[in-house]
Amino acid sequence: MIVDPSKIWPVIIGMAIGTFFVRYSFLGLLGDRELPEWFLRHLRYVGVAVLPGLIAPLILWPQATGGTPDLARIVATITAVTIGIWKKSVIGAVLLGFGTLYAVQYLTG
Amino acid sequence: MTTLYNSVKNTFWRGFRDGLPFVLVVMPFGTLFGVAATEAGMDILQVMSFSVLVIAGAAQFSALTLLIEDAPLIIILLTSLAVNLRMAMYSAALVPHFGKLRTGLKLVISYFLVDQSYALGIREYEERPDQPIDNKVAYFFGIMLIMAPFWYLATYLGAALGASIPDAFSLDFAVPICFIALIAPLLRTIPHIITAIVSVVAALSLAWIPYSLGLIIAAIMAMMAGAYAELKLKAYK
Repeated sequence: MIVDPSKIWPVIIGMAIGTFFVRYSFLGLLGDRELPEWFLRHLRYVGVAVLPGLIAPLILWPQATGGTPDLARIVATITAVTIGIWKKSVIGAVLLGFGTLYAVQYLTG
Repeated sequence: MTTLYNSVKNTFWRGFRDGLPFVLVVMPFGTLFGVAATEAGMDILQVMSFSVLVIAGAAQFSALTLLIEDAPLIIILLTSLAVNLRMAMYSAALVPHFGKLRTGLKLVISYFLVDQSYALGIREYEERPDQPIDNKVAYFFGIMLIMAPFWYLATYLGAALGASIPDAFSLDFAVPICFIALIAPLLRTIPHIITAIVSVVAALSLAWIPYSLGLIIAAIMAMMAGAYAELKLKAYK
């Protein structure tokens, strides 16, 4: 899972500039401007629209197993999602997710 | 003057104290990013540049994931910057409080505009809307002067540790687990849940499309589904 070295710096620089412009957008450039309601309504869901789709293939077809679905990862995911929604605990989700992963890996050898 | 000075100082320290608990949240993410990026073959300068220049955990993990999948540069940037678009909302929300500051300060504040500083800051300014602008600025810097150094430090620790952790620990799973921890608390309304489900189902069924374009299509579909669900729900109520 070594990444293409020629892409690393362009990604870092591009992300640095792009992210800064997003942060500076209204505060520095656009000022106190009303945004259309339909635009705000879509903006509210961008994060939840991108991130689950990004990780779903990583969980279902992990590179570590050569792309074969892995019981430990699926059970660990279910645990982490449950803890995250139920307890709203970020650290709890990370710790129990990893704990479950190791426990199932140990039990299934 | 003395009382004003004191109150600015006190506001700074209140921000510092309010930011303190978030150090516990930031440390594991920073460390895991450092570990994951090092495992993916980045050197320490690249890993640190990422955390210092971009300073946005979720987008950094997105970029890293797509780099590992060898997606084209433009797709990596578009997808990861989309993750950061929410910060445009934060930027807009701070205009009433910081809009009149001089440009230099606005540049620094923008650099430090992250989920936690926004959430704490906006709460403070809504509770105490009439305090002088110097106090508002002091509070904001109080939050970030505790959080940002720990973010850098955690990334460094992760990068230093990274290469020495054996494969048996399945650290490839650090990326999905961090995202789950970030997303799960956001699933608080029905439209958010619908968005997440559409995102997962569409991304998995469109995974055959080359250049990770399937993810972008899935994200647009999911975003529209969420916005539409919100609209329908409002009409129903």
